[in-house]
Amino acid sequence: MSEWIDIGEMDAIPRRGARVVKTAAGCVAIFRTEADEVFALDDRCPHKGGPLSDGIVHGKSVTCPLHNWVFDFDTGRCTGPDEGAVAVYPVRVENGRILIDAARLRARIGEAA
Amino acid sequence: MAEKLVVIGAGMASGRMLEHLCEGDPDRYSVTLFGEEPRGNYNRIMLSPVLSGEKTYEEIVTHDADWYAANRVDCRFGEAVTRIDRDRKVVVSASGETPYDKLLIATGSSPFVIPVPGSKLDGVVTYRDLDDTNAMIAAAGSGRKAVVIGGGLLGLEAAAGLQARGMDVTVLHLMGHLMERQLDEAAGYLLKAELERRAIRVHVLANTHEIQGKDRVTGVRLDDGTVYPADIVVMAVGIRPNVELAKSAGLACGRGLHVDDAMVTSDADILAVGECVEHGGTCYGLVAPLYDMARVAAQTLLGQDAAYRGSITSTKLKVTGIDLFSGGDFSDGEGREEIVYRDPGAGVYKRLVLVQNRIVGIVLYGDTADGGWFFGLLKDGTDISDMRDTLIFGPAYAGGSPLDPMAAVAALPDDAEICGCNGVCKGTIVQAIGAGATDLDAVRTVTKASGSCGTCTGLVEQVLALTLGDAFQAPAARPVCGCTDLTHEEVRRLIKSQDLKTMPAVMQACGWKTSCGCHICRPALNYYLLSDWPLEYRDDPQSRFVNERHHANIQKDGTFSVVPRMWGGITTPDELRAIADAADKYSVPTVKVTGGQRIDLLGVRKEDLPGMWADLNAAGLVSGHAYAKGLRTVKTCVGTDHCRFGTQDSTGLGIKIERRLWGSWTPHKVKMAVSGCPRNCAEATCKDVGVICVDSGFEIGVAGAAGMDVKATEPLAKVATEEEAMELIVAFVQLYRENAKYLDRPYKWVAKVGMDWVRERVVEDAENRADLVRRFDLSQSVYQKDPWAEHAAPRMRPSYRPLADLTLEAAE
Repeated sequence: MSEWIDIGEMDAIPRRGARVVKTAAGCVAIFRTEADEVFALDDRCPHKGGPLSDGIVHGKSVTCPLHNWVFDFDTGRCTGPDEGAVAVYPVRVENGRILIDAARLRARIGEAA
Repeated sequence: MAEKLVVIGAGMASGRMLEHLCEGDPDRYSVTLFGEEPRGNYNRIMLSPVLSGEKTYEEIVTHDADWYAANRVDCRFGEAVTRIDRDRKVVVSASGETPYDKLLIATGSSPFVIPVPGSKLDGVVTYRDLDDTNAMIAAAGSGRKAVVIGGGLLGLEAAAGLQARGMDVTVLHLMGHLMERQLDEAAGYLLKAELERRAIRVHVLANTHEIQGKDRVTGVRLDDGTVYPADIVVMAVGIRPNVELAKSAGLACGRGLHVDDAMVTSDADILAVGECVEHGGTCYGLVAPLYDMARVAAQTLLGQDAAYRGSITSTKLKVTGIDLFSGGDFSDGEGREEIVYRDPGAGVYKRLVLVQNRIVGIVLYGDTADGGWFFGLLKDGTDISDMRDTLIFGPAYAGGSPLDPMAAVAALPDDAEICGCNGVCKGTIVQAIGAGATDLDAVRTVTKASGSCGTCTGLVEQVLALTLGDAFQAPAARPVCGCTDLTHEEVRRLIKSQDLKTMPAVMQACGWKTSCGCHICRPALNYYLLSDWPLEYRDDPQSRFVNERHHANIQKDGTFSVVPRMWGGITTPDELRAIADAADKYSVPTVKVTGGQRIDLLGVRKEDLPGMWADLNAAGLVSGHAYAKGLRTVKTCVGTDHCRFGTQDSTGLGIKIERRLWGSWTPHKVKMAVSGCPRNCAEATCKDVGVICVDSGFEIGVAGAAGMDVKATEPLAKVATEEEAMELIVAFVQLYRENAKYLDRPYKWVAKVGMDWVRERVVEDAENRADLVRRFDLSQSVYQKDPWAEHAAPRMRPSYRPLADLTLEAAE
């Protein structure tokens, strides 16, 4: 069962930028693209733990600031020659507010524990 | 009337022979060409890239139908010759008899299939021609399993190709290390480790017992009982010369078809070339000897004296990303000495085997750039005693010549081999260039250099550059990134000439292939725009690397480092107290003194940045831009204030320079220094801009480096007053800002444009200098501001904090 909770205004995130949401199992990065789409991915790069939310956002992907691994927002998978993936969480935007599926977040904490 | 030449076999050796023949005397022979494969000649060396998907068959065709037609070659492809009647001088094939005056046998070789149970099952393939390659491509598929029997050159290329097609690959090798004919044990080990890192399983000392399966292969079982499941098995254990036809015609054969130095068999009218022949007791399976034979055979057919004397071969492995070269004989033995170089971290291994100060064997792994040079020394039997100490470091160091790749090529003698596949030496290329082949394609067409495996392309370009000098146009300079085909220089020019003042305008006008660029082009474009249009363009934080976006340096754990500016390296007790307080308040784990004469607070959490900046600002400290492609520090010594040797107020001048230039964005970081006397305590001679004070004034040097490269500054000018020094420095920085490619330090940029070009604009042309200074000051009117003060402001602070904290909610 999905359980949507409000995490803030879309305009609190710049276009081609990101903010994080803290959870008990680490941060989730919320990205906003040039086309105002919003995505949520684990903030931690599987390579060396770089904060993806601090990367450069281009198209529907982000480049990790530490070693330039590029992640696709739709799949969470690393593109190009590197291999790795981060979890993707369902988000949606309603009336300019961003909602995230808390059930999925809880499942994540369960896995981490 | 032309003599009749029949050629049996349409592979690379006969193809090359025909080329020589047609160039030599196109009318002498009327040629009939038989080939068992239903297609003409293609570059078999390049089957590996076809297998891996990096090339298509069409790209590796060397002779197409047009070529055969233009040279009036009667092609009988797909038609096997079944018999040679030497008495009547005819060959017999499906379509009947074909008479010849001269016959060339080039039947090549067949892959050896080890006679174990199951070797005839479906799914067991060899790796020899395009059909084999296509069979492997058809069998390949993600997650399917392949076993390659044979860890030699061909087997490993097959393994890498199949893996590139997504297969799970195991290589079985009979011997103790891979490629034992080409590599010594150490290089074999490095190769094995690299393949395993790429998830290709390697089993050495693997004796195949049987290939399992009912109708189709299902696996391979070894003598030791190990079983590897397989959807496809590739046999690549060796080749055997195809001599059945020659043998049945009564020609003298050993392992291969015997030929003399003129490539003539035991029948004076029959010649042979390629992998089917045995010359001086040796059969060859590499392309370079085949081409040598082809040349000699053509000359013999044209009635010229020519002799083939056997070949010393060298090998390269054509697997993308693995650099490996070997040549000559590198086995251990009495009277043999060796020079070995290892860099385990970089995965580099080089070994030269010497006999009486002459190279007889070469093994290079990881860095093969000098392979051709070593191989030339080997073939020429050069006495290397004079350069023995530095030999292993390659031609750039030999005889103490400078470390310059061009110098290495310049130092090569005319008969040094550049292209190993086609046996093309430097002199031949230089000649071709002199005759009008002034780009890579033309040289390739005329000489064949770099036309086969292509690994010597860089060398050929260097020979071009050397021979043509300024007239050489570097081949299609590298584009900025995958989003565009344009180079940095072209983009910079278009931004100015087309008045492009926003990022979307640049991307539109320059035909960007992506919607909003990428992490490579966006920071570059952002810099070019803000540097060229300081008043019109608005800096885009989202196009900046995190350090410049957050005005702090990201560390490996995602925390940041904070470096306040200390003008000219001068600080006060109050500033130090403020820094100490900030370090305490925000629990900074590491406080370090930097090489730029200031203090670095390392390990600051992102949320704490604005608060710390506000505290530091309150004590009068501003951002040191330690994170910026911009002015970093101006390092100074104490000068006349305290030093008994000081000739000028070096500290004072350093502070003035830093106050004038701070906050300016540049293509890459800029570090400066001012030393109060030639003892140079501020190390000004390896900075981007360095001033050495002398009694009579100031010596300004630029374009030094002390990072990945180390380089002393070059003199820009000597001036009498501080004011003149300031003006020159500002003008130099502005010239750099307006013209350099993003991420080129000044020394790299100066190397491209030349010091004379810089001096002309900064020193000699006073009007131009004044304009540069004016434009710099205009830019500073916008950009010289403390970013910490801006970002510490209440409206900016939230962006450094999480959007939401669900630590409690989600845990409920």
